[in-house]
Amino acid sequence: MNIADIRAQFPILSEKVHGKPLVFLDSAASAQKPDVVIDAMSQMMRSHYANIHRGLHWMSERATEAYEASRSRVASFLGGAREEIVFTRNSTEAINLVAYSYGSLLKSGQAVLISEMEHHANLVPWQMLRDRVGIELRVAPITDEGDLDLDAYGRLLSDGKVALVAITHMSNVLGTITPAERLVTMAHDAGAKILLDGSQAVVHRKIDVQALGADFYVFTGHKLYGPTGIGVLWARRELLEAMPPFMGGGDMISSVTFEKSIWAPVPAKFEAGTPAIVEAVGLGAAIDWVENIGYEAIGAHEAALTAHALRVLPEVPGFSVVGKPKERGGVISFTMDDVHPHDIATLLDRNGIAVRVGHHCAEPLMHRLGLTATARASFGIYTTEEEIDILAETLRRIRQFFV
Amino acid sequence: MDGSSCYDALILFRSRRPEFSGSVEGETATAQGNNPVCGDRVTLSLRATDGTVAAVRHQTRGCAICMASADLMAEAVTGHSVTDALELGRQFADMLETPSSQTMVTEEDVLPVGLQAFRPLRTHRSRLRCATLPWTALGEALTQ
Repeated sequence: MNIADIRAQFPILSEKVHGKPLVFLDSAASAQKPDVVIDAMSQMMRSHYANIHRGLHWMSERATEAYEASRSRVASFLGGAREEIVFTRNSTEAINLVAYSYGSLLKSGQAVLISEMEHHANLVPWQMLRDRVGIELRVAPITDEGDLDLDAYGRLLSDGKVALVAITHMSNVLGTITPAERLVTMAHDAGAKILLDGSQAVVHRKIDVQALGADFYVFTGHKLYGPTGIGVLWARRELLEAMPPFMGGGDMISSVTFEKSIWAPVPAKFEAGTPAIVEAVGLGAAIDWVENIGYEAIGAHEAALTAHALRVLPEVPGFSVVGKPKERGGVISFTMDDVHPHDIATLLDRNGIAVRVGHHCAEPLMHRLGLTATARASFGIYTTEEEIDILAETLRRIRQFFV
Repeated sequence: MDGSSCYDALILFRSRRPEFSGSVEGETATAQGNNPVCGDRVTLSLRATDGTVAAVRHQTRGCAICMASADLMAEAVTGHSVTDALELGRQFADMLETPSSQTMVTEEDVLPVGLQAFRPLRTHRSRLRCATLPWTALGEALTQ
């Protein structure tokens, strides 16, 4: 994998910010887009765009083909069947869909089990379900290192009341990669279904939902070098068939009278209204692009970057990495003694470096870690070791400025 | 270093050594300002008698801008009438929200130097809230 070639495919990477070359270390929030994705979307809007599933005309047929081809592409990407792929706006909507729809089949006395390191997207929908249906919401703790506490996870499952586990496959704050196969086995042994939030994980490693054995898997397009506005819910077909619709409207019905409507077969049952057609096509292009580079190469590159970062960054005076998980992806949260993350971010920005600061939509995790905010550097396919060195050097100067 | 212009020497100094931290004796009002985006929190304690702000103290957990803003605000409003203190808050917000290309004719005459130190923040839109958070809390404390 040639990084210079890859970087040349991302037009934004040659932009300057405040007169400095852009050093983009915020890919975990949203990744930049390669030419192939931008071109696939603009090409569609220029040459074969219309609403899908409705028109009997040439344009609509071409657009429908492109949209449905993306569904097949996502299915082969995850290892599921195309009927099991529901397009949503993002991971958040996919989780809300499950919480609303599958959640409506749950009853008071049953429980949903999440973890202490969930993004708000995999926490708030379950709180809402708890308040609506009266289920119990259980939270599996993490260790001080930032790994899921598997003993506690097992104990929380042991009474057989957990109907559904909803847990991240990779933490957006700590970078922790959770032992998904193990979590799935333990959940199934306790009679629970399991949803994995793959928003971060899907960017860094090959996902095979069959090998994982999961029941639900969600991810979002924009972190995978695709556009915003398109996300994916994969679920086992029998689950989708048993679940009531999430939203009502056009496209999700097979017949409607004023008395009654009959739902369309899955996955259309869950896709009410005109979907994100162009974005779905963009996601298909992004997946082609990622798989063309290959997860092996991506994984090796990111592992090298992460190792490099964990070597050079801790040499910055006052620097602390947050969390020390057993297995981690290219996400490093950090703090610096005597310098608030906001001040770090402002000065990094003025030197062309983009990082994320704050609670990263994981307030309960921040609370657990005894922090209110961290700064976070996250890496993508296009990140270089030189960029990490620039980050380290700039952090050194920031620290000198404040102390 | 680049970008450091928004950290006036006064801001840096007061963020390191706040002079108005703590709480006042005989407190008549208190309020908290929270920024859910970053977790910054300002807790204000003040004593107002006969329509005058007699003393203000703050406990701030936040960035350098927020800490210095709370401290310089406490200094600026002490001894002023409640009406004037609220007006000062409005002028401070106006100064920050005015596009950097425009200069308000009056602001240099009106605003204390300590508050003018924040003027370069105009070009750091994402940080304005750090400076205004203590003032939001003050507004709440004074209008309870």
